[in-house]
Amino acid sequence: MKLKPLSLVLATLAVLGLLWAPFLIVGAPREPTMGFVQKIFYFHVPCAWVCFLSAFVCAFGAIAYLFRDAEWGERLAASSAELTVVFGLCTLVTGPLWARKAWGHWWEWDVRLTLTLLLWMIFIAYLFARRYGGPGGKKLAAGLAIFGAANVPLIYLSVSIWRSIHPKTSVVPTLDPGMRPAFWVSFLTFTILYFVLLEARVALERARASLDALYLEAEDRGLFDGDPV
Amino acid sequence: MSYASWVMRLVWKDIVVELRRKELVYASIFFAGVVLLVFAFSFLGGERPTLDVAAGVLWVTVALTGTLGIGRAFEREREGDTWRALLLSPLPRTALYVGKLVSLCLLMSLVVATAAFGVGLLFGAPLADHLGGIALLLVLGVVGFSAIASLFAASLGRSRSRDLLLPLIVYPLVVPVLIAGARGTAGLLTGEDPALPAFWMRFLFVFDLIFVTLGLWTFEPLAASEG
Repeated sequence: MKLKPLSLVLATLAVLGLLWAPFLIVGAPREPTMGFVQKIFYFHVPCAWVCFLSAFVCAFGAIAYLFRDAEWGERLAASSAELTVVFGLCTLVTGPLWARKAWGHWWEWDVRLTLTLLLWMIFIAYLFARRYGGPGGKKLAAGLAIFGAANVPLIYLSVSIWRSIHPKTSVVPTLDPGMRPAFWVSFLTFTILYFVLLEARVALERARASLDALYLEAEDRGLFDGDPV
Repeated sequence: MSYASWVMRLVWKDIVVELRRKELVYASIFFAGVVLLVFAFSFLGGERPTLDVAAGVLWVTVALTGTLGIGRAFEREREGDTWRALLLSPLPRTALYVGKLVSLCLLMSLVVATAAFGVGLLFGAPLADHLGGIALLLVLGVVGFSAIASLFAASLGRSRSRDLLLPLIVYPLVVPVLIAGARGTAGLLTGEDPALPAFWMRFLFVFDLIFVTLGLWTFEPLAASEG
């Protein structure tokens, strides 16, 4: 498969970012209360951001597919749903590692944790529906993505009634100046990585669709049963 | 024929079918009883569960029973090939959704009333003292749950794994209904914060509004893939 110039540039940037970020993270000032565990922050926050961005892209693709019958929308939604699950898993693994040290236990029914977990579950259900949903599975999965996206503010509201102990999003603008380069390089690297993976995954789906179309055409012309073409 | 009369006819059709067979009502009520007993047995020998737990048990029973009943209601349509007939008929697609939603809400209301009675009996929850509030919460919860479950049960179409997929799809989506219902019921039963039940009722109302609207919007493309 030939890479497009933009994809190649983005892929190079993602690789450079992934090589550079660990040095910046190690060199960033040590947080006095949390110590070394705070360094998870540089990995956890970008993963969570990409997970939510990916869910939004999936819902956008799903709407295009469901109401415009756009095949590109379905490919975009399916690829993005897989990435939501991958980055959601990274968020859900790194979060408890930090929480064990900060709060003394692995899990808390806090609004952000609950929201991420439910969003992750909805997108796993998306993959199930698309894979095992039968002939209408793709449409069913698209409907699920739209309902899942609509559910996000409601889950947030229903859980935020309780006191939230998760650090606020205001922690990012008030970050120690020494920590900023490590954070923003990680943040940009993960965002670029998401688009690189998305492009690769969409290209794979496109290739699969072309192959299916060729296969059907070959079957119609009788290539598989020895009939003359 | 007006939109409302299409809907009424569809609801009446479902009522007549159910009156003849009595399958869904009896099976769902019995299943709700079994679920409540399973919960009751799991607490056997310990202290009496708190009112919070009783509220949670009621809403989990509603979710489990609802999925079973709604899944079976659409299965019956497919067995008789009547779902295809309804899709082929000239009635508006959204009327089909609203008709199914209303008849499933009626079915679930019967089951939920029985489940609430069972929770009062087995868990000692004073539901009768707050009948109006709890009934309103349950009605709002039933509408929200049915809005999602009936849409996806209708969309599962010809999938062979629909029995497996329906709960997998529905439960993560109805979590806000379960939280609002259980917290609202617990708030009424314990009486700790009088403002809390009213907040959860408003929350459920908004949830219903959003998801019934989304259901009407997406029913056409989702149900059109049914064959």
